[in-house]
Amino acid sequence: MSNWALIIYCGLITYLTRFTMIALIRKEMFNDRIRNILSFVPSAIFPAIIFPAIFLDDTGSFQIENNPKIVAAIIAVIIGISSRSIVATIFSGLASYWFIIFVI
Amino acid sequence: MNSKFKIFLKGIIDVSPLMIPVVPFGLIFGVLAVDVGFTPIETMGMSLIIFGGASQIVLLQLFSGGASSLVIISSVGAVNSRHLLYGAVVSEHLSDLKLIWKIIISYFLIDQAFARSNEYFKKNKDDNKYFHLVGGGATCWIIWQSTTFLGIILGAAIPEKLGLSFAIPLTFLALLINDFRKFINVVVIIISGFVATFGYNIIPFKAYVIVAAFIGLVSATILTKMIKTDE
Repeated sequence: MSNWALIIYCGLITYLTRFTMIALIRKEMFNDRIRNILSFVPSAIFPAIIFPAIFLDDTGSFQIENNPKIVAAIIAVIIGISSRSIVATIFSGLASYWFIIFVI
Repeated sequence: MNSKFKIFLKGIIDVSPLMIPVVPFGLIFGVLAVDVGFTPIETMGMSLIIFGGASQIVLLQLFSGGASSLVIISSVGAVNSRHLLYGAVVSEHLSDLKLIWKIIISYFLIDQAFARSNEYFKKNKDDNKYFHLVGGGATCWIIWQSTTFLGIILGAAIPEKLGLSFAIPLTFLALLINDFRKFINVVVIIISGFVATFGYNIIPFKAYVIVAAFIGLVSATILTKMIKTDE
């Protein structure tokens, strides 16, 4: 598939989710149970992007020792929980990562 | 000044504070897309056609890992499924809207605009209240397109050893900060993360995102049930 086709399909599926939301879904279609499960979608899906990007190297092998990303991610989580700020989380993580690789 | 324009402006003002974190997101996306091998025009096309931060970054991450198109598209679909929950809330406010407006508004219905307009809709029953969502959505749109563009330009000037790809897990981590305070969410986060990491090389077609998300949701269902029966 060409890059453009990929982009268009991803755009279509994103658009259709949004359209479904406002045009097809009614409040009574979701009971409390389904609503409860849907509220866990971010917690279920984002770690699948986060963890491999931190614990695996470019070739897909484990990198546990001497891995500045693990330390930086832990700092970002601590700052994130205490500040509740998206910007502070991203920048504290990047800043500690750069501090480890360039200064230490 | 007519009331439609006033409501449109109110939408812009209400959504503006939420645009601060969108700026680094857009920049990072622009920089990384070019880095991963998309042309500047394709990168702009992604922001114009998809217009969704999480969707676009998932696309980049899987594309750079060599995942197949089918896996990328279904992973983007899975990421978007979190939006279905909003539908149940927002659709009751938009039910009187003409179909053509629903088609247009769907393009702008992103998290930040939705969150602000939903609060506005609860308090206002005006016939033109929808212009609030259009104002908020248009603001997000302009910020997203211009930061993508800036990212593409900056990308050429940013050295590779800066390791900016680390910004991808960080941005997703930032989206979860409120979930780190809830017990079940933390367990689900750890389970999904472990499945994805250990499954990265084992699960075929780079479908680890979908497999991990599915196992995460099943664990969430079981945990919710267990904790309810304990009470």
